Amino acid sequence: MSLIAQQIVNGLALGGIYALIALGYTMVFGIIELINFAHGDVYTLGTFFSLAILGLLGATGELHGPFLIVAVVVTLVLAMVLSGLVGVIIERLAYRPLRNAPRLAPLITAIGVSFILQNLMIYWHGPSPLPFPQILPNPTYAIGPVQIAAKQAFVIVLAVVLMIVLQLFVTKTKLGAAMRATAQDRDAARLMGIDVNATIALTFFIGSALAGAAGFVSGVYYGTTWFFNGFAAGLKAFTAAVLGGIGNIAGAMLGGFAIGLVESLTTQLLSDQWSNIVVFALLVVVLIFRPTGLLGESLPTKA
Amino acid sequence: MRKLARGVPPKLARGLLFIALAAILPLVVHDGGFVNFLTDAGAYVLLALGLNIVVGFAGLLDLGYAAFFAIGSYAYAMLASPQFGIHIPFWIMLFLASGIAALFGILLGAPTLRLRGDYLAIVTLGFGEIVPQTFLNLPQWTGGPNGLGNLDQPVFFGYRFGFNILPYYYVMLVLIVLAVVVAQNLRDSRLGRAWIAIREDELAAKHVGINTTTTKLAAFALGASFSGLAGVAYGAKLQLVSPDQFQFSVSVAILSMLVLGGMGNITGVILGSILISSLDRLILPQASNLIFALAHVRVDLSNSRFLIYGAILVLTMLLRPEGLLPNRRRRAELHAGTAEAMP
Repeated sequence: MSLIAQQIVNGLALGGIYALIALGYTMVFGIIELINFAHGDVYTLGTFFSLAILGLLGATGELHGPFLIVAVVVTLVLAMVLSGLVGVIIERLAYRPLRNAPRLAPLITAIGVSFILQNLMIYWHGPSPLPFPQILPNPTYAIGPVQIAAKQAFVIVLAVVLMIVLQLFVTKTKLGAAMRATAQDRDAARLMGIDVNATIALTFFIGSALAGAAGFVSGVYYGTTWFFNGFAAGLKAFTAAVLGGIGNIAGAMLGGFAIGLVESLTTQLLSDQWSNIVVFALLVVVLIFRPTGLLGESLPTKA
Repeated sequence: MRKLARGVPPKLARGLLFIALAAILPLVVHDGGFVNFLTDAGAYVLLALGLNIVVGFAGLLDLGYAAFFAIGSYAYAMLASPQFGIHIPFWIMLFLASGIAALFGILLGAPTLRLRGDYLAIVTLGFGEIVPQTFLNLPQWTGGPNGLGNLDQPVFFGYRFGFNILPYYYVMLVLIVLAVVVAQNLRDSRLGRAWIAIREDELAAKHVGINTTTTKLAAFALGASFSGLAGVAYGAKLQLVSPDQFQFSVSVAILSMLVLGGMGNITGVILGSILISSLDRLILPQASNLIFALAHVRVDLSNSRFLIYGAILVLTMLLRPEGLLPNRRRRAELHAGTAEAMP
């Protein structure tokens, strides 16, 4: 029993990462109905950026005291900004010209962008896995029968904080209202004086920045990365977004944690080589039986 | 004589000319490596022709097409090798494997074809991941990560193919001719017109009485059956099947062949697949050698494969979404939206 409880903690930590990535999928889908296939690779780029920033800061091992906090904050913010900019550039170059083309056209370019990003990361760090510095001291705390590591607490807390900030941004600010308006009806939003292109670019920036944050967190959590990380993680996060109800921010969080739990419990009960299969099978089942997800409203079926 | 020549439709004449050229090519070029390359490229032509039925004709984006290729190859590997001591002849396996692949096409399609286009794409992608991963996870049947080797060599009326590349080349050529004939006839049939109708407007197609579900299923099944052929021919030639031959990048490579050549256009798809295979197997290694010879820098351009597939997909969709040899109707569809968008 305590083993299962332990796996639930592990699953929540994993799920925090998936939830952060899923937010980007869900926001972009919500606003332009595009499955941003390159999103998983932006997440990996986030890890690569964090690696470079930590290198510049000279942080190669465990850090303590104020320097730890400075390093974490600086790396997180810079990785988010850089990833966000990558997202904006991708949108500008690869998706915006096709905004009125048939739906499958931007999906095909998105796959192309994903492959280009992966190859650029191969140029950057080679095709093999590379280590990520273990900057966080990692004591474990016992809560009843369950051990929670500092790293896991860090992942979960950071994910939840970022999601709350995002939720407040989208519901309480003017820019958030512009995003929601653009998602509902682009033409009406334009008539109300909203700069639709800028709003879509902002959506890509925020979504990609969250993927960048997830990239940093995953580097800290796993202690390793490689160029192909984003493929499976992206697919799982997309599953999370669909499970929660695509276009729905709270749904993406819920779905992310659910997928994390599914993955850790499959690893515990079956074996880790079946976890991908179980998650993808879940994706297929959800899409077939409940395409609106857990929290989703009925989707418009624009062809 | 002139009368006879006039009686042959120009398209057929051109086709026969190409077949004749392809048939004498290996007899003129005495380069085993080159013929080997052509045979492998032929397998991709078959795959591209099959995917073209799904994506080009019916407009259903299948991102896991390599899974059917895997199913065809593994069918041959399990039913014509020492693995289980079953040795079904190559020629029967061609039909059997394409049937098995078609069956899996129906199994995947039946529950998923009601989904919207982009969701379908993701589900097929998931399927494309699940299939090789399952083969990897069941070593007692599939040899796990090592795959299965020592597959049976085809025998043609007592003639053993052995390790000579020529007979494999001719088998591939015959299969391609067969696939082209089938694809052309499908395109011009009632079913083919139903596919085009669904691709252009599913709702309208439904309202003129097309059974969209069975029509789409037929596209999935027939498209998958081509990859069954490719899987058997490729597996028999290589004598080996392993799960890493069927990664997502294979599905994307086949998709790039379609996009580059022109979705829906049979000649275009063949051109696209030969171009991409040549790029991958001939041009990139040669260019790397050339750079080494000129600048004495060791670069392996084969490392840029993903970049090139990606760039082909992005640039073609942005600059010429109908591909090099467009299908006229497809071009009109792809440009309709952008023309409307002009302010």
